[in-house]
Amino acid sequence: MSPFWSVWIIVLTVANILGCLWLIRWTMRKRADESAQGDVTGHTWDGDLQEYNNPLPRWWLWLFYITLVFAAVYLALYPGLGSFKGFFGWSSGNTLSADSGSQYSGEMAKAAEKYDPIYKQFAAVAVADLAAKPEYQEARAMGKRLFLTYCMQCHGSDAGGSRGFPNLTDADWLWGGTPEQIQASITNGRMGVMPAHAHLGDEKIDQVATYVMSLSGRNVDAAKATAGKETFMSAGCIGCHGLDAHGNQALGAPNLTDNTWLYGGSEGAIKQTIANGRNGVMPPHKDLLGDEKVHLLTAYVYSLSQK
Amino acid sequence: MESQTTYNYKVVRQFSIMTVVWGIVGMLVGVIIAAQLAFPNFPLWDGISFLSYGRLRPLHTNAVIFAFGGSALFATSYYVVQRTNQARLFGGPLAAFTFWGWQLIIVLAAVTLPLGITSGKEYAELEWPIDLLIAVVWVAYAIVFFGTIVKRKVSHIYVANWFFGAFILTIAVLHIVNSAFIPVTLTKGYSFYPGAIDAMVQWWYGHNAVGFFLTTAFLGMMYYFIPKQAERPVYSYRLSVVHFWALVSTYMWAGPHHLHYTALPDWAQSVGMLFSLILLAPSWGGMINGIMTLSGAWHKLRTDPVLKFLIVSLSFYGMSTFEGPMMSIKTVNALSHYTDWTVGHVHSGALGWVAMVSIGSLYYLIPRLFGKVQMYSMKLVELHFWIATIGVVLYIAAMWIAGVMQGLMWRAVNADGTLTYSFIESVERTYPFYYVRLLGGAMFLVGMLFMAYNTWKTVATGRAADADDAIPAPAAH
Repeated sequence: MSPFWSVWIIVLTVANILGCLWLIRWTMRKRADESAQGDVTGHTWDGDLQEYNNPLPRWWLWLFYITLVFAAVYLALYPGLGSFKGFFGWSSGNTLSADSGSQYSGEMAKAAEKYDPIYKQFAAVAVADLAAKPEYQEARAMGKRLFLTYCMQCHGSDAGGSRGFPNLTDADWLWGGTPEQIQASITNGRMGVMPAHAHLGDEKIDQVATYVMSLSGRNVDAAKATAGKETFMSAGCIGCHGLDAHGNQALGAPNLTDNTWLYGGSEGAIKQTIANGRNGVMPPHKDLLGDEKVHLLTAYVYSLSQK
Repeated sequence: MESQTTYNYKVVRQFSIMTVVWGIVGMLVGVIIAAQLAFPNFPLWDGISFLSYGRLRPLHTNAVIFAFGGSALFATSYYVVQRTNQARLFGGPLAAFTFWGWQLIIVLAAVTLPLGITSGKEYAELEWPIDLLIAVVWVAYAIVFFGTIVKRKVSHIYVANWFFGAFILTIAVLHIVNSAFIPVTLTKGYSFYPGAIDAMVQWWYGHNAVGFFLTTAFLGMMYYFIPKQAERPVYSYRLSVVHFWALVSTYMWAGPHHLHYTALPDWAQSVGMLFSLILLAPSWGGMINGIMTLSGAWHKLRTDPVLKFLIVSLSFYGMSTFEGPMMSIKTVNALSHYTDWTVGHVHSGALGWVAMVSIGSLYYLIPRLFGKVQMYSMKLVELHFWIATIGVVLYIAAMWIAGVMQGLMWRAVNADGTLTYSFIESVERTYPFYYVRLLGGAMFLVGMLFMAYNTWKTVATGRAADADDAIPAPAAH
């Protein structure tokens, strides 16, 4: 904050608080021409509207003073008056510059000290063991709780996913379902990109969509599907989805021959996917959660498809 | 009619009637979205975009605040400014322009919001062409109001007018600053401000919409209709001076308490919290002045349902202006923020205070505008009072419990530091309270239907020509 704005804030804040005090004192002053206390002031509006000359209620006045004094004390102790930090030197930690010594970093350090050992105890156990062995039931419960805190917003509380967000409970994996692959997905995130193909034109998109639908065993116009297959082979689709359209987990390209559809399997949805492309983002969680929590999450997610 | 010997009651009548109409519309939409939260998959709205919660919620808030509350304020401020200044409304046809302009804005809101056309700024959702129209109508309102004060026939300006005047001035500033948009198409503009600054401008506007639209202006209403209905002088002139100036100066700072624990700098959060706390006494000044006006006439509360509305509205006002400063304390806010407690708090203010003081004032006003002594059925007014009061209490009690429960569930952690409850579990536990809230809201709506019937009968049996709209000759001072 520049000195100008700091002074600006200080002056306005202090002026308003002192202004309230002055207002109270000024209003309480006895005027020479005023009517006796408890009488009406002498003015009348609209026939019968009048006002009593009653003093300010004492208890109310004290309430007012207490809040003003509280504000003054608070402003001395905590940030408020421009760039003055307050005698406590407190900061919330919501700004990058004030990170060390802030309430946020203090609470985070305390939490790390308390909770990190709990997660550390499972760090050396293999994911497959954590996911299956009865003695690690508590580890799986912790993984589930982590999931319900950090993952359910997209994947759902039952991990069943929704449109655009994959189901984690089935055997179908975009980026692979081994413990290592799941761990990599959570740690570093994934970017699934289906490029837009609107340049193919409506007719070819229609044909490719028909071919794609035929792959999962639906009854479609055979001639259209054959024409679509030609485009599928020549327009670049096989680069990611493969010659047999079984997909490629290294690229996150889905298998088109099953009945799992991330963005919908209707004719319209498939056409839209081809024409406009899709962008799927799984954010990285390495910095947010750390390796040990990711390890437990991996075990929980892995366990979901092992039944 | 246009002569300077009578008050302009026509525009007051128009706004009064539309207050009742928009009250029913806005509260009906409120009941619908309360039902949507209680029964999300009910086939009537399931899968229909323009009936979705996200589009109807801003329609509800705009309809109750700006259509219902706004019409009530136009009606009462036009009535009060004329009668307490002994002058016909300034500006000739400008007053009629504010009526038709305001109605047009409401209709445009009712069309664009369900279509999903929104700026995304809470309580300022309308897109930039409508914002421009609001600015024009509001400036006309200011000209009419302050013009009337300028040509007053009395020396002193009555306290109710200070509050109405502060409301008109600040809403103009707030609306124009917060609605600074860069237009892209006719139905889409983007805010002029970046990031956290945009959030701060938005809540500077948002909280002052509460402070000046829903508090200051309705205190103006209170300062006329309570002493009139109670037939008693206002309790303390001194108190009205202190609480007016303290209220309008400190309210301006309170916005940051909507942004606790966000990217907003620490100093702004502190200042927002402190001025919200300082606001407690100035807010209560209005309540004390209103309720104490009744001293020496408490017995009237037993028999007069109009006074019941007015005094109970002040009780809800006192309660929510205590609750607000408490919720602005950062540690309390850490529990209450983002929960239904906030919704309960807003409705104890919006239903308990704003709606009830408006209803009470209209029950005073409507018969007088149509040459009658009182409403067609005072029994129905009494019934309205009880069903409305019970409705509000059910509503806010349900949301308090739901909100505190949600806050406690969200912060509960297990021994390993993970959350004890997932978000969806807190939603599941909230359902019983959503049912109670729906019931409370529906009761309040039913009360409004009683009011509509009562108004209809009062208007049908009265005559506008019989209203006492003669401007008295200036009294010697």
